[in-house]
This record gives sequence, C-alpha cells and structure tokens, in this order.
Amino acid sequence: MYSEDRKFDIKLRPAEVDDLQKIIDLDTLVSGIEKKTYWEDRFDRLKSADSSHLIVAGSLDPKSPDEILGFIVGEVRAWEFGSRPCGWIFAIGVSPDYRVRGIGEKLFDAICESCKKDGANSIRTMIARRDQLNMSFFRAQGMMGGPFIELEKSLR
Amino acid sequence: MKLQKATQFGLYAVLELARDPSRQLSAIEIADKYGISSNHLAKVLRDLGRAGLVDAVRGAGGGYRFSSNSKRVTLMDVINIFEDIGSEASGTSDLGDGTDIGRALLVICNEIDEITQATFGSITLDTLLKTMRWQRDVV
Repeated sequence: MYSEDRKFDIKLRPAEVDDLQKIIDLDTLVSGIEKKTYWEDRFDRLKSADSSHLIVAGSLDPKSPDEILGFIVGEVRAWEFGSRPCGWIFAIGVSPDYRVRGIGEKLFDAICESCKKDGANSIRTMIARRDQLNMSFFRAQGMMGGPFIELEKSLR
Repeated sequence: MKLQKATQFGLYAVLELARDPSRQLSAIEIADKYGISSNHLAKVLRDLGRAGLVDAVRGAGGGYRFSSNSKRVTLMDVINIFEDIGSEASGTSDLGDGTDIGRALLVICNEIDEITQATFGSITLDTLLKTMRWQRDVV
C-alpha cells in the first residue's frame, strides 16, 4: 500500500494491532510521557473511522523485522469553525537512532497522500512554540502559519 | 512587525549567497539586485563574516561566499546578529508598565513576541529557499 525504501531499510505501512505496544514505547521514548490510554483510543478509532490514519515506518532489517522506527498519526476533520476538510497530524515520532535519514519526511508524505485521498486539500498540525525540533521539521516540509489561531484558557 | 534596515540587508545578502554556495558575489552586485546602499551592505557583510556566515574572497574578482550550513542556520540566527527582537530582557521599561493595564498590555506584547521568535527560529535558510521554490512552482 505504501512505498518501500530499501536504501534506509524501511517500509511504510498502516499500523496493525500488534504495533500498539511498540508505538507506546517509541512515543514514550520520544516525548518523555507515556500515554497508554491515548494510543489505545487511537487504535480503536482506526477501526471505526476511515479518515483516521496511523502509519508506521517498519524495519526491513532481517535481524529486527518487527522493529518500528517511526510513526505518524492523524485524520481528516471538517467544519470545525468553518474549516473545510483538512488533514490533521496529531503526532509524529522517529526513533532517535534513526533520525536524519528522511524517515520523518517519508511518513509526512505518506499521511499527506492518505488525507488527500480522503478529500483533504491541506494538512494542519499544532506545535508548542518552544518545540523547535518539530516546528523546524514541519516548516521544512513546507508548512506555514495557517488561517486559524489556537487560543486557550487555564481552567485552574 | 518591521525589521531594522541592517537586519533586512543581512537577510537579503545571506539568502542570496546561500542560494548558490559555490557562487561569489560582490557587495555592489547584491546591492544592485535589491536596490539598496552598497556602503551600508558592505558593513552588514562584514558583520555576517564575523559571525561565520559568509567568507570574504580578497583580490580582483573578489566578493563574498556563503560559508555556513543552510540547513542549520535559522532566520533568527541572522536577525540576532543585528538586533534583539522580542526578548523581554531587551525591552525597556516604559512608563505605565507597572499598572494593571500596563501589565495586561505587556502580556499581549509578550505573546506576539514569542510567536515571532518561534517563527523566525524554526525557519532555516534552506527551508526558506525551498519554500520560495515551492511557491514559484505553484504559481
């Protein structure tokens, strides 16, 4: 379904049930926060919503065939405050050992393609202002400030 | 927001040179392209040289060449050579800052400053040049 790139020994494919724990582990490693319930919900949503996507970069190394090197998760959402159908990226993570090899870029391209097939004409994400690593990554993929602004209020 | 002239000239020069790192250009050639003062640009190029972003090539046919890593250098790195934008520490205390309205206005100004810094800090020279190519292809 997705492309293979033997040069970097990766295979892009939709996530499978068996990937759940590996994604939780990789996300915990990358973000520093374990979000077991979040990822279980995400996997449930994959079954119920066609417009939801979780793509993994799997290893093609025969020594570690089940290893997950990276993931990207998102879905197509529409009509929130007038927003036309748009792909949303909720999270991306690449194993620190496999960075700067174009894996994130391939995951990004793959989710763009999936969202496009679901009728989205643009792709969106939300990044912490101080998260320079992810902000620079998404900028390098051509993402720019969009027509919406995120607002929030403390409820404490 | 408006950048100072020296900052703007610095960005023009460093991006023009980073566009093709193998090419060397004189201050006059860059100044002519952007319609700016070559004297002012020469000073800006010296600052860029001291910061390690460009190399001066001496002698006849000399000029400047980009000498850094365009995938690592951000717009903020270049801006910081010439001015300190949006840093709370750099802001002078204005009359009225200590009042409730003054403090509330400062919170809004700091919000805008943080967005400005995050934006300039996340765009590398390579990303900007790539974005220009994408935008040109779309048109």
